[in-house]
Amino acid sequence: MNAAAADPLSPPRTSWFTLIMWALVIAVLSWSWQGAEIAPMKIVKDAGNMAELASDFFPPDFKNISYYLEEMLITLHIALWGTLFSIILSVPLGLMCAENMVPAWVYQPTRRLMDAARAINEMVFAMLFVVTVGLGPFAGVMALFIHTTGVLAKLYSEAVEAIDPGQVEGVRATGANKLEEIVYGVIPQVLPLWISFSLYRFESNVRSATVVGMVGAGGIGVILWESIRGFMFPQTCAVMLIIIVTVSLLDFGSQRIRKLFI
Amino acid sequence: MNKQVISVQQLNKHFANNHALKNVGLSVEQGEMVALLGPSGSGKSTLLRHLNGLVCGDKTVNDKPSNGYIEVLGVPVQKNGKFCKTVRASRCQTGYIFQQFNLVTRLSVLQNVLIGGLNSTPLWRSLTGRFTLAQKQQAMNALERVGLADFATQRVSNLSGGQQQRVAIARALMQQAKIILADEPIASLDPESSRIVMDILSDINKKEGIAVVVTLHQVDYAVRYCPRVVALKKGEVFFDGPSEQLDEGTLAALYGSKVTPPQSNKSKTPVPQLWAQTA
Repeated sequence: MNAAAADPLSPPRTSWFTLIMWALVIAVLSWSWQGAEIAPMKIVKDAGNMAELASDFFPPDFKNISYYLEEMLITLHIALWGTLFSIILSVPLGLMCAENMVPAWVYQPTRRLMDAARAINEMVFAMLFVVTVGLGPFAGVMALFIHTTGVLAKLYSEAVEAIDPGQVEGVRATGANKLEEIVYGVIPQVLPLWISFSLYRFESNVRSATVVGMVGAGGIGVILWESIRGFMFPQTCAVMLIIIVTVSLLDFGSQRIRKLFI
Repeated sequence: MNKQVISVQQLNKHFANNHALKNVGLSVEQGEMVALLGPSGSGKSTLLRHLNGLVCGDKTVNDKPSNGYIEVLGVPVQKNGKFCKTVRASRCQTGYIFQQFNLVTRLSVLQNVLIGGLNSTPLWRSLTGRFTLAQKQQAMNALERVGLADFATQRVSNLSGGQQQRVAIARALMQQAKIILADEPIASLDPESSRIVMDILSDINKKEGIAVVVTLHQVDYAVRYCPRVVALKKGEVFFDGPSEQLDEGTLAALYGSKVTPPQSNKSKTPVPQLWAQTA
């Protein structure tokens, strides 16, 4: 009699819902497999080609190293200004995306605008700016600036939405105006996170700046693209090594700085 | 005879279905020290937040436009459920003390006190943080008054609760507030810190002669420090009179049951018998 009644201690059965969800996940994965034309056998079959290409890369050719380093430095300059411009613009835009700072009719359109800036890749913006401001690093700066503003404004606003409202209220209660509330009540709370986000974006902008050059927006990407197109693989290898070393050093350095603020 | 510094008329407030304040009227005169008492949820903090324009009263009462009106130091704060344009002018003159201190924890003690001076600072100075030497000196004097001058450069987050509350009082002093509203200022503090904070508030009340309205949930503190008590129950003014008149029956009716009136009922001077040894 007792056994017939539902035993409160019996483990719950796997529900149909769970099974259906798993089936769905597997279906989506296999569909994408076909869509992306994944063919692992090709790698095995064409292993010879790969080995030949790889061997063409070595030994790397550092004959023009001073030129490469010069262009790498320009890439860093692009990343620096692209990031700085976007930080400056992201402060007001980030506050305008935060729902605890502004009414919905302000943050909804601002957020959609930032979504758009974020949705389009830097490469695409770079191509557009090459058309408008001409070939050269400035097109790269603008491309990084627009895309990064979309990213940073969102990250900044998320930090703002997580603040302790009591501290802001404390400032408001003294009769401070809205701007003073933000400068004294909001910014001190979010500053460490904002600095950390900005440094992280600088790191990733250095990586992005190496590729925006490929569409003509200046920096080491231009050399990279030229040498790949000209089948000059030892030079390509040298450029890639320089990029790897620079990006690693910067990542390491900015990680150390970020730790100071968190 | 005395100047009226707080005037509340027909104030109503709903939170969803909870009628938090029911037709509350209140009048406080210059130099008074008033305790707001009442069980949790009786509306005492809500009333205080209305006084500083942090919350707005109901726009309609029983589907008719509200007649709610609040005036602090002669400056209108809110009327008929809408903030008046002068709400910020009123806040400038009002020192507000919070239960959770509401200091900016990542700023230094001195910077937090200087926030009290924002409202009298030109915008270009306040936004760039360029306070004048005179203002800094004034802030240091305020800190000296609450006994924390040595902590000026420390970050607020390194201070204890009692010290933080004293910084909040220094911020109100920096404002040169003409009235102080304190919302459960000692509810998060230990007894010794509570005594210090209440002593400072009482001292400001006596020396500066400014009115202090303080919500409390300890009846003994209210009786010891405040000559006048206003008690709220379920959003209505339940008792308003001298604290000596708070007898066992009134307290039992206010809190429901089993609250014994404190023995220090007769001694009006704030003598902290319980902590005399530690002080």
